[in-house]
Amino acid sequence: MGISNLIFALCVGAAAFLFGKNVIKIKRNIMLGRDIDRSDRSSERWKTMARVALGQSKMVVRPVAGFLHILVYLGFVIINIEVLEIVIDGLLGTHRVFAFMGGFYDFLIGSFEILALLVLVSCVIFLIRRNVVQIKRFVMKEMDGWPKTDANLILIFEILLMSAFLLMQGADLTLQKLGAAHYIQAGAYPVSSFLASLFDGMSMEAVLGFERGFWWFHILGILGFLNYLPYSKHFHIILAFPNTYYSKLEPKGAFTNMESVTKEVQMMMDPNADSFAAPAEGVADEEPQRFGAKDVNDLNWVQLMNAYSCTECGRCTSECPANQTGKLLSPRKIMMDTRDRLEEYGANLDAKEKNPDDGKYLLDNYITREELWACTSCNACTQACPLNIDPLSIILDMRRYLVMEESAAPTELNTMFTNVENNGAPWQFSAMDRLNWKDEA
Amino acid sequence: MENTTRIQVPTMAEMMAKGESPDVLFWVGCAGSFDDRAKKITKAFVKILNHLDYKFAVLGTEESCSGDPAKRAGNEFLFQMQAMANIEVMNAYEVKRIVTTCPHCFNTLKNEYPELGGHFEVIHHTQMLQSLIDEGRLTVDGGVYKGKKITFHDPCYLGRANEVYQAPRSLIQNLDAELVEMKRCKSRGFCCGAGGAQMFKEPEKGSKDVNIERTEEALETKPDIIATGCPFCNTMMTDGVKNKEKEEQVKVLDLAEMIATAKDL
Ligand code: SF4
Ligand code: SF4
Repeated sequence: MGISNLIFALCVGAAAFLFGKNVIKIKRNIMLGRDIDRSDRSSERWKTMARVALGQSKMVVRPVAGFLHILVYLGFVIINIEVLEIVIDGLLGTHRVFAFMGGFYDFLIGSFEILALLVLVSCVIFLIRRNVVQIKRFVMKEMDGWPKTDANLILIFEILLMSAFLLMQGADLTLQKLGAAHYIQAGAYPVSSFLASLFDGMSMEAVLGFERGFWWFHILGILGFLNYLPYSKHFHIILAFPNTYYSKLEPKGAFTNMESVTKEVQMMMDPNADSFAAPAEGVADEEPQRFGAKDVNDLNWVQLMNAYSCTECGRCTSECPANQTGKLLSPRKIMMDTRDRLEEYGANLDAKEKNPDDGKYLLDNYITREELWACTSCNACTQACPLNIDPLSIILDMRRYLVMEESAAPTELNTMFTNVENNGAPWQFSAMDRLNWKDEA
Repeated sequence: MENTTRIQVPTMAEMMAKGESPDVLFWVGCAGSFDDRAKKITKAFVKILNHLDYKFAVLGTEESCSGDPAKRAGNEFLFQMQAMANIEVMNAYEVKRIVTTCPHCFNTLKNEYPELGGHFEVIHHTQMLQSLIDEGRLTVDGGVYKGKKITFHDPCYLGRANEVYQAPRSLIQNLDAELVEMKRCKSRGFCCGAGGAQMFKEPEKGSKDVNIERTEEALETKPDIIATGCPFCNTMMTDGVKNKEKEEQVKVLDLAEMIATAKDL
């Protein structure tokens, strides 16, 4: 093992360690959420995951973006097989260790090249859509600053990685032709053979230098990109899978019935219920939970995982009736705010004081009441989301907090509540008149 | 020609007193009971049921708000109190099957009541009408609607929330009318703006009201009629059409009303 293998091993090790550390932190943050049971109906869940995450079924609702995304996604998955070879080569000092597969290897390498080109072209189109065509959902206010930079960085990263891969291939092909030691004749080069002419007339040492350079750039780039994921919306490439697996299977219109409320209502309605009954073991000393959500730790872990899975694509917002008619509400922003607050909350936990309480909350400091009250609960956002994220459930939980903990509903809604309570209808009609329609002409 | 035969609306209590039980409970809902426009839908549906001699009953004064607007506004207490009271009444009558003309009640009763002890088969009136046609019990031809251009506005709580897209469309086709779809329809249908308790409050500040945006889209199809299956959508679209001063040319109707009119009931 040479010195370069050692350096390589160190790089891979460090990248894996750092990435693992960040993933553990994200998992810890997600687990700060309340419990929710999504362990049921596992075969349906696997199917949902296969269809929505693996099969990208909801991406193609928008055919252009959907098709390009599938190219990038396929490219990403398949080209990773090549990374496996690169890692083995890097560690053992071999070159093209899979070349023994012969014709099949040629086929693989050839398809990697074609995919790499398709990914590259797709990413360029994506960059144009975002920055030149300025598609509306990509240039809205919540995308200002880091989210916009993040999106562009990801695309540039991928373009650089694919370019390095293709250039490395081209240099390799040149070396094969020059008969350089170590560079066995293997692989197919449908794309990079056009790049090989770049190296025409160079000395073997120079081409070798380029080949090694691109090789290192490519693999270090990949390791760097891996460690960029936890800070980026690009983390969705991992979380898309658990996120769809644990997504809601009930009809979209079914909202959860809060168990804590059921208990109290039963107690109120049933005069025989024993309100002094001893609480179940272990429940006694737990602090009573808030009704609804004021901060991220009042949400459940699926909602928090949703926040880390969000791709900031804005499909939800572009279908949201409130947003499309100029209201402040944007379901994408709900998810971005939840993630930002959760990161902040987690960072507070990691700070010296280990105190998450910084006087800030998801409510008001991030999401305003005006946004929350603009929602029509139409489910357009959950339908549109290619990852089955549920912004509506967060909006509802925050409304629950506002109403049940702060009695802070808009006045007209308070009137509606009073009417329902007193007359059994949201308007001020007497319950006794409910059947009058039958005798009206 | 105004049909003057009085409608027959038996209550569960009356049926019980006679020792009978209906084949279906018609859940009228608050809008259907109190809102002047929605009451017409209620009566149209009852006329169809009467015409078929369908054995149904209503809860009458024993019915109370399903709790939908309270729940979506965040008042889970009020919702569960309403739900449990309603469930108690219906379980006492041993209700098995419910039909309703309101997608909000439909959704709540079907999806949210079971966990609280109310296990019923719940259907929307467009589903019931379509299956009556499929069974051959109800026959319709176009009548006044033959050849008319009709667009259907999907109520969120019927469509996306419960994936009922086909039944209302089949009904329109049964009327020999020309169904024209809006740009955003079915699972991508655009809300009328009433859901989530918005019906009961002023909208937040924005550039436009949701119902105007939707009405404009509906009017783009140049329809004779905008059909819906929800009393709240009906109100929102009617207001929208009035706002656009198109009420002379374009009517907003519920499918039950259209079937009743086509059959001259
Ligand atoms: S459910 Fe609320 S947030 Fe989601 S699209 Fe509808 S109005 Fe917008
Ligand atoms: S919630 Fe879903 S649809 Fe909305 S921005 Fe995030 S990933 Fe896109």
